[in-house]
Amino acid sequence: MDFDLILRVFPYFLQAAVVTIELSVYSTALGLVCAALGTFARLSRHKMLRAIGTTYVSVIRGTPALIQLFILYFGGPQIGIQLDAFEAGVIGLGVNIGAYMTETMRGAIIAVDKGQTEAARTLGLSRTQAMRKVVLPQAARLMVRPLGVNINAQIKGTALVAAISVVELTYTAQRYIGSTYKPFEMFLLAGALYMVIIYVVGICVTYLDRKVALK
Amino acid sequence: MGLDFAVVPEYLDRLLLGSAWTIGITLAAAALSFFGGILFAVIALYAPAFVRWPFKAFAWLFMGTPLLLQLFLIYFGLIQIGIDLPAVVAGVIGLGLHFAVYNSDIIQAGIRAVDNGQYEAGRTLGLSQAQTIRKIVVPQAVRAVVPPIGNNMIALLKDSALVSVIGVTELTLSSQLAISKTFRPFEFYLAAAACYYVINLALEAGLHRIERRIQVAR
Amino acid sequence: MTDKPFVDIRHAAKSYGSLEVLHDISLQVNKGEIVAIIGPSGSGKSTLLRAINDLDPLTSGEVWLEDTQVNETLPHRQYEKHINKVRQEIGMVFQHFNLFPHLTARGNIVLAPKMLKGISDAEANTLAEEQLDRVGLLDRIDYYPSQLSGGQKQRVAIARALAMKPKVMLFDEATSALDPELVEEVNLVMKQLAEEHMTMIIVTHEMKFAESVCDRVVFMDGGYVVEEGSPEVVFRNPTHDRTRNFLRKHLQG
Repeated sequence: MDFDLILRVFPYFLQAAVVTIELSVYSTALGLVCAALGTFARLSRHKMLRAIGTTYVSVIRGTPALIQLFILYFGGPQIGIQLDAFEAGVIGLGVNIGAYMTETMRGAIIAVDKGQTEAARTLGLSRTQAMRKVVLPQAARLMVRPLGVNINAQIKGTALVAAISVVELTYTAQRYIGSTYKPFEMFLLAGALYMVIIYVVGICVTYLDRKVALK
Repeated sequence: MGLDFAVVPEYLDRLLLGSAWTIGITLAAAALSFFGGILFAVIALYAPAFVRWPFKAFAWLFMGTPLLLQLFLIYFGLIQIGIDLPAVVAGVIGLGLHFAVYNSDIIQAGIRAVDNGQYEAGRTLGLSQAQTIRKIVVPQAVRAVVPPIGNNMIALLKDSALVSVIGVTELTLSSQLAISKTFRPFEFYLAAAACYYVINLALEAGLHRIERRIQVAR
Repeated sequence: MTDKPFVDIRHAAKSYGSLEVLHDISLQVNKGEIVAIIGPSGSGKSTLLRAINDLDPLTSGEVWLEDTQVNETLPHRQYEKHINKVRQEIGMVFQHFNLFPHLTARGNIVLAPKMLKGISDAEANTLAEEQLDRVGLLDRIDYYPSQLSGGQKQRVAIARALAMKPKVMLFDEATSALDPELVEEVNLVMKQLAEEHMTMIIVTHEMKFAESVCDRVVFMDGGYVVEEGSPEVVFRNPTHDRTRNFLRKHLQG
């Protein structure tokens, strides 16, 4: 193991880790917005909205994220969408994880006992009121952990943007593997930084999950 | 530059060939990840500590890092230690190992869920520990975990696109080659996405059939 | 008291595809009257009860509460407004309580009054205290449902329904999910409501309770009302074989 090399390249990896964190944060935020909209559409009474929601989830989950990213970044200019690699990465990854999070959120909402809605409706609450005051607060608790799993996958998923040359952790590792011929060292260094990020996020999720847990 | 899908049919044969490679790579890696997952699960649960702990460290590392990074490690790492494998083999090994670790997690949970009475019944009949694990516990555990493992295989199909980055000419790289000649990324990536979508549907249908058949023997 | 029925079910019928679960049922309940609906499982008694507040809509037929048709045919938006209004006047108690687990007893009780009647926090507090006192659980006001026994949960659920000041209360096997030793505390609350002349429609398996509390008993089987009358008549001198067979199985002692 070449520790001198590791120490020498460490600052560059750290910089790259910051980009990975930024990608994760922005794309997760966008993913949550997409998921909220997607869930709303999938649970809507309107056939049209439901069809849009279902198509979104099915197409995104049915095709590779890498291809989605390529369509957006390389194909975008053909239809008038000019994005730099980082922007394309955030949007591509965000829309992608949004489809998976849609299924997580929908699952949590469906998992709330039907009797809860019935009881609320029986008291005279409208569908929307029952959803907002009775179902959603309970579903929110159910979705913290599975959304944490989605976010964990997303952090690792940000590596894909290496393929469109965003200088994040995996891209940096790849470049240094190429120039130093030390694949193990570079893998371990990048891997350690990924694990630190995932570990910290995991702690946050556990904390949040405990905080919202039922009395 | 507008859109012109008329150029796609000209390269259809290459996209289909690329699809065939994607299917082949997916199936090979799926098989590797399935049997590897069983092996890893048995190691994690039953192997002596000096085997178990290094394995757990490996599993922990593979679950915490991106697949793409692992592919780089395996492809360039093998070359470094003097094993120059074709990219497609490195790709299958990388995909297979990555998903074997995830499958192992699922299978471990499945094994723990098999009633302890089953294990005792096996031992009471005179079977050895290894025989009981192999013939009684694992078959039941595997049946119980078919749905989540199926989900991993669907994820594997989509992640197989990543091996294009280490130069495997599967569906994604095939469409890239067509793009380098035609300069029409939108059309060809969309065509590739359509191919993936169809393969995905077929895989889901296949898994669904397997699930239904296995339900009977539970 | 007028002759006009308070709750009026006219020619209620319901089917799921070709399966008919209610056949042309008519049932009138007067103000202050307490009616028990009994019958074997699958007889349609819960479906009928749940049709009264349109939780399980009828295929045909009408349900009236005083001068309002509960299941009036209206465009979707208008119907939603209408039914939410009507449901505020019909209290319902479920077999599995359906308390909101993320809210305390107080929170469960004040949720709907605050949202729908716009009462102040102070009024809401008083309301919660009054209603919990009524079911004898004032000391549990800040407990979450998971911290209550089954009987206590059901009493809170009753208090929650009463907090809307309903005109009629529906009980859907309110004690069926309870351990036997917890049934009595819920029955006591229901008896107390009876003494206050609350109009009640009660789907129950407890024949003794029905006999001692109710003014009228309706026996349903296979989606039909087979027999109805005073408890003495239905329980002691039923005219139909099906009633007799059912009671033989369910009326011990």
